[in-house]
Amino acid sequence: MTNTATQPPRPRAAIAAKTLRTDRWWLAPLLTVLGLGAWVTYATVRVFLQNNYWVEKYHYLTPFYSPCVSKGCDPHAAHFGQFLPDSPLIPYAALSLPFLLLFRLTCYYYRKAYYRSFWMSPPACAVPDGHKTYGGETRFPLIFQNAHRYAFYAAVVISLINTWDAFLAHEKADGAFGFGLGNVVLWVNVIMLWAYTASCHSCRHIVGGRLKHFSKHPVRYKLWGWVSVLNGKHMQLAWITLATLAITDFYVMAVAAGWINDLRFVG
Amino acid sequence: MTELQRFQYDVVVIGAGGAGLRAAIEARMAGKKTAIISKSLFGKAHTVMAEGGAAAAMGNVNSNDNWQVHFRDTMRGGKFLNHFRMAELHAKEAPERIWELETYGALFDRTADGKISQRNFGGHEYPRLAHVGDRTGLELIRTLQQKIVSLQQEDFAATGDYEANLRVFHETTITELLLTDGKIAGAFGYVRESGEFLLFETPAVVLATGGIGKSYKVTSNSWEYTGDGHALALRAGATLVNMEFLQFHPTGMVWPPSVKGILVTESVRGDGGILKNSEGKRFMFDYVPDVFREKYAETPEEADRWYKDADNNRRPPELLPRDEVARAINSEVKAGRGTKAGGVYLDIASRLPAEEIRKRLPSMYHQFKELADVDITAEPMEVGPTCHYVMGGVEVDPDSTQSRVPGLFAAGEVSGGMHGSNRLGGNSLSDLLVFGKRAGEHAAAYADSNGPSTVAQSDVDAAIAGALAPFTNDGENPYALQHELQLVMNDLVGIIRTEAELAEAITRLAAIRERVSRVQATGGRRYNPGWHLALDLRNMLVVSECTAMAALERKESRGGHTREDHPEMAAEWRKVNLICGLDGEKVTLNPQPLPPLPPELLNLFEKSELKKYMTAQELEGHGG
Amino acid sequence: MASKRQFRVWRGDENGGDLQDFAVEVNEGEVVLDIVHRLQATETPDLAVRWNCKAGKCGSCSMEINGMPKLACMTRMSSFAEDETITITPLRTFPVMRDLVTDVSFNYEKARETPSFAPPAGVAPGDYRMQQVDVERSQEFRKCIECFLCQNTCHVVRDHEENKEAFSGPRFFIRAAELDMHPLDAKTDRKEYAQAEQGLGFCNITKCCTEVCPEHIKITDNAIIPMKERVVDRRYDPIVWLGSKIFRRTS
Repeated sequence: MTNTATQPPRPRAAIAAKTLRTDRWWLAPLLTVLGLGAWVTYATVRVFLQNNYWVEKYHYLTPFYSPCVSKGCDPHAAHFGQFLPDSPLIPYAALSLPFLLLFRLTCYYYRKAYYRSFWMSPPACAVPDGHKTYGGETRFPLIFQNAHRYAFYAAVVISLINTWDAFLAHEKADGAFGFGLGNVVLWVNVIMLWAYTASCHSCRHIVGGRLKHFSKHPVRYKLWGWVSVLNGKHMQLAWITLATLAITDFYVMAVAAGWINDLRFVG
Repeated sequence: MTELQRFQYDVVVIGAGGAGLRAAIEARMAGKKTAIISKSLFGKAHTVMAEGGAAAAMGNVNSNDNWQVHFRDTMRGGKFLNHFRMAELHAKEAPERIWELETYGALFDRTADGKISQRNFGGHEYPRLAHVGDRTGLELIRTLQQKIVSLQQEDFAATGDYEANLRVFHETTITELLLTDGKIAGAFGYVRESGEFLLFETPAVVLATGGIGKSYKVTSNSWEYTGDGHALALRAGATLVNMEFLQFHPTGMVWPPSVKGILVTESVRGDGGILKNSEGKRFMFDYVPDVFREKYAETPEEADRWYKDADNNRRPPELLPRDEVARAINSEVKAGRGTKAGGVYLDIASRLPAEEIRKRLPSMYHQFKELADVDITAEPMEVGPTCHYVMGGVEVDPDSTQSRVPGLFAAGEVSGGMHGSNRLGGNSLSDLLVFGKRAGEHAAAYADSNGPSTVAQSDVDAAIAGALAPFTNDGENPYALQHELQLVMNDLVGIIRTEAELAEAITRLAAIRERVSRVQATGGRRYNPGWHLALDLRNMLVVSECTAMAALERKESRGGHTREDHPEMAAEWRKVNLICGLDGEKVTLNPQPLPPLPPELLNLFEKSELKKYMTAQELEGHGG
Repeated sequence: MASKRQFRVWRGDENGGDLQDFAVEVNEGEVVLDIVHRLQATETPDLAVRWNCKAGKCGSCSMEINGMPKLACMTRMSSFAEDETITITPLRTFPVMRDLVTDVSFNYEKARETPSFAPPAGVAPGDYRMQQVDVERSQEFRKCIECFLCQNTCHVVRDHEENKEAFSGPRFFIRAAELDMHPLDAKTDRKEYAQAEQGLGFCNITKCCTEVCPEHIKITDNAIIPMKERVVDRRYDPIVWLGSKIFRRTS
C-alpha cells in the first residue's frame, strides 16, 4: 500500500488484446443504434410532415402532435389553443416535443443506451471506451443530465395531456360515444407512457427514495415499493413506449390518410 | 545478506479475522501502536463464512434469556469440558460486544420494536443469535474493518498519517515468533507480494490466526487455515489444549463438486429444514441422546408445531448440537442409507414456499444457484459432515487470554478451552468479540509494563534461513505432500476414530515429517504460492500430530471426538485436559486437571443433569 | 466425465508477460478456480493466484475470464463449450503483481478517504433502535464482498488511469449511499461529499458495475442514481442554483 499519486502509476498487466471477450458484446449496442436510429428517423419525418395527424371522424390525435398548438393545426384537434406560428420548420406540437425529447435524453436508461452505443463510452463492459480523455457528467454540457428531474415534471404534464386526448377520442365528430381499435391503440399507448413515466428514477426518488426513515412515512414507502417494481422494468418500458408511440402515430396516420379503416366496436 | 525491514510496535496482532481486528481496535484505543498482520487482503478473513449469527443473551426476542442460560447452553454443548471461566465471561460480555458493533455502524436485522433481532440455533434454549440474513460473519468483518479505518482517519486528522498508530500489513505471513529471556520479543515473516522479510520488534503478540481445517480433505476452510497460530505458539514454548476436538459441521455440501465442502447454515434447519435418508425417512428422531431426551420432540407432529409455538412444544431433533447431527448423518451413511455421494438429504424445499426460502436464506439460495445450479427452493440438498472448526487451541488464561509464554496472547478459534468438546453455532462470532477485546486490552496493558523489545540477530538469521530452506531443498512438491497429509487426517483422524487407525496415523505423520523437512519450492520469492505452502506445511504437520496423539490418548467419546472403540462419555475423562507441547522437535502430550466449576456456577444446573457428566465426588459441592 | 480442455493463462509481472497455453483436465461440476488449482498442483506450482473461501463469499479470486471480470470460484466450467479455449487474465484496471494477482490498494486508499459512520450523539450502545424497513436499503450495500470487480470494470478508471485520483468508484458510491441511508448516521453531507470528493459526476451510469456484481447489488439503480438524485435535491434545484448565482454565496 505504498502507491501514491506523486509516483508514476505501477504498470498494469501487459495484455495485447484490447478485449478478450469472446461473446457477441457488440450486438446490444448495434441493436440500440439500429433501434434508436430507426425511431428517430421515423419521428423526425413524421413531426415535420404536418399531415394525417388527426382523424376528425373519430377524434383520434397522434401523440406526436399533442398538444396541437400551431396556427396550422386543424382547429378541431387543437384542444389547448393555437398560438405557435405556422411554419414547415416548427412542428405543430413544438411546445411539448422538446420536453419529451429532454425527458428521454436525460433518462437514466437512455443515457446508458446511447453512451454505450453511440458514444462508445464504453461500448460494452470490459471493452475499451473510444475516448482519449473522459470527464463523464462532471462538467458542461453533460452536467445538464441532472435536469432529468425537471424533464420528469414536464413529462407528467404531457402524459396528462395524452390521457385527455385518449378520453376525447371517445366522442365522435357527431358527438356520440365511439369505441374503435384506434381507442384501444391510444389507451395502450397512454397506459404504457404512464408506466414509463412512473418508473422513472427521479419519480422513484421523489415519491420516497429521498426519505431517510421509511418507517415514518408508510404511504410513501408503499408508493416507493410500487415505483421500485416498475423501475426494475424501466428499460423494457423505454423500448415499449417507443414502439407504442410509433405504432399509435402510424395507426392514426393510416386511418387519417384513408389507407385503412378503423375497426369499430361501438359507433 | 537478505534484506529485512524492521518495525517497532507495542502490540502485533497476527490474524485479521474477527478476533484479530477486535483485539487491534482495543489495543489502539488503549493508545498502543498496533500492527495487524493479515495473511490475505484486509477484510477477506474466514470470519466472512459465518452465516448464522452471533450468540448473545440480549433477550430481545425472548426476555427469559440471560447470561446464566447462555452459560448453561454453552457448557452443555461443550459437554462440560469447557473452561468454566471462559464460558462465563463469554456469556456475560457477549451482549455488550454486540451492541458496541452498532456504534461502529453494523446493521443487524431488527425486531418489530427496533431492537436487534435474534434467531434460534442448535443448542441455544432461546432465540439468541444476532444476525443479518445469512451473512452475519461478513457484517462483522466489515464492521470491524470499517472501525479500524475510522480509527486510522482519526490518526490521520491528528498526525497526517493514516498508519501512525494502527497499520494493516496485508498479505503478510508470520513464520516465527522470537523470544528474549523467555518472553515475546518479536515476530518474523514475509510479504507475499515481494517475498521480502519483515521483523516486528514487539513485547506483545496476539495470535488470532483461526483454525487448522486445511489439514483435512473435506473442509469448509480456506487455504489460510493451516494452524499457523497453533504452531507458532508451540514453537514459542506455549501449549495447546484438547486438540482432539474438531467440529465437523454436519451439513456441508457433498455434491456437486463445485460446492463440495461449502456449509449449509444451521438456520436452514432452524427455519424448518429436515434431514432425510435415501429411503426418505426423517431419521433424526432415532438419534436423540439420553441427556437431551427431555428437550427434544419425539414425533414429527410435535417438532413441526415448535416452529410456530416454541414455548409449548419441544424442539425438532434436527436442532440437536452439531456433533450429534454429524454423528447421526455419519451413521446413516455407514448403514447404507446415504446418497451416492455419501451424504443425506437436507430438505427445505418441501417445507416452505419458495418465496419464503429466498427471503430467509438469500445468500444461501444464490450461492447454490450460481455455483452449482442447484435450486434449494425446488430440490433437497445433499449434505454430509465437513471439517469446520477446532475447539482445541492455545491454552490461555481465561481473563487475560495470555498463554504460558509472557507476552503471547491468543483469541478466537486459535485459542482453546472456551468451547469444551463442542462449540455451539453462533458462539464463535461472540467468542471472537469477547476474547478479541480482552486480548487487545491485556496485550496493551502488558506492553505498558514491558517496554520495547529487542531480538537476537542470531534468531533472525535462523528465521531467514528457515524461510529460505525450501528453495535449496531437493525434496517433493508441497502440493502432493499436503494432499497426502490431508488424506491421512481425513481417513484416520476423521469424525469416527479407532485406536488402530490413530496409531497408524501417528506412524504415517512421522514419515511425512521427514519429507516435510525436505519439501521443495520452485520459482522465485515473489507471490509464490508453492513456497508459501511449503512453509505452511510444517505448521499443519505439527498441529496434526497434536490432534492425532490427543485423539489416541482420550479414551472416550465426547463432543467433537468420537471413538468407535470407546463410545461412551466417561466422567473421569471429563476432568482431564490433554496438553500438547513441543520439546525440541518432538511433540509431547500431558494430561492436566480441568479446573472444577465453582459452586455458584455449579448450582446453575440441576443435580440430575450434572450426574450425566460428573462423578459423585465432584457433585459434593452442589447445593441442591 | 473428465476431459482435457484448453486454457490460456496470463503469466508475468510488471516487466511484461504473455498468455501461456495449457491443456488441463476438467471434471464435471468444476469451476475455473478448480482448474487454476489443478494447474498449480501439477504444472506450475508458483502460479500466483489470490483466493480464499472458494464459495463466492470473500471476493478474493477476482480475475478476467474470457475478457469478463468474474470470480473464478463462481464461474462454472459448464458455462463454456467443450471445445472453447478459456482465457484467464488478471484484472486490467490495477497494477499487476504477478500472474493473476493485482495490487488492489487503490480500493483500500479510497476506503480510507471515505468518511466513516458517524454514531448519533447521546445514544448509548444497546439503545440503538432502528426499523427493519429503514435498514434494508443499507443492508443491500453491506452485502458487498469487496471483490472490486465493479471498480475494475468501470471504464472511468479502467480506460483512464488519470481519473483514479478524482474518482472513488462504484464500491465507494454504495458505501456513501449506505451511510446516507443509514437511519442513525449523524453525518449530513454525504451527498455533497460524493459529488465533490468521490467524483460521482464521472459516472455515466452505463451500469457495468451492476452487470459484474457477484452479489447482485443493484449498484446503479439503488445507490448511484439515488445519490445523484440526492445531489440534484441540493445542487441542481434551479431555484436554489439561481439564488446562489445571484447572491454569490461563498463556498
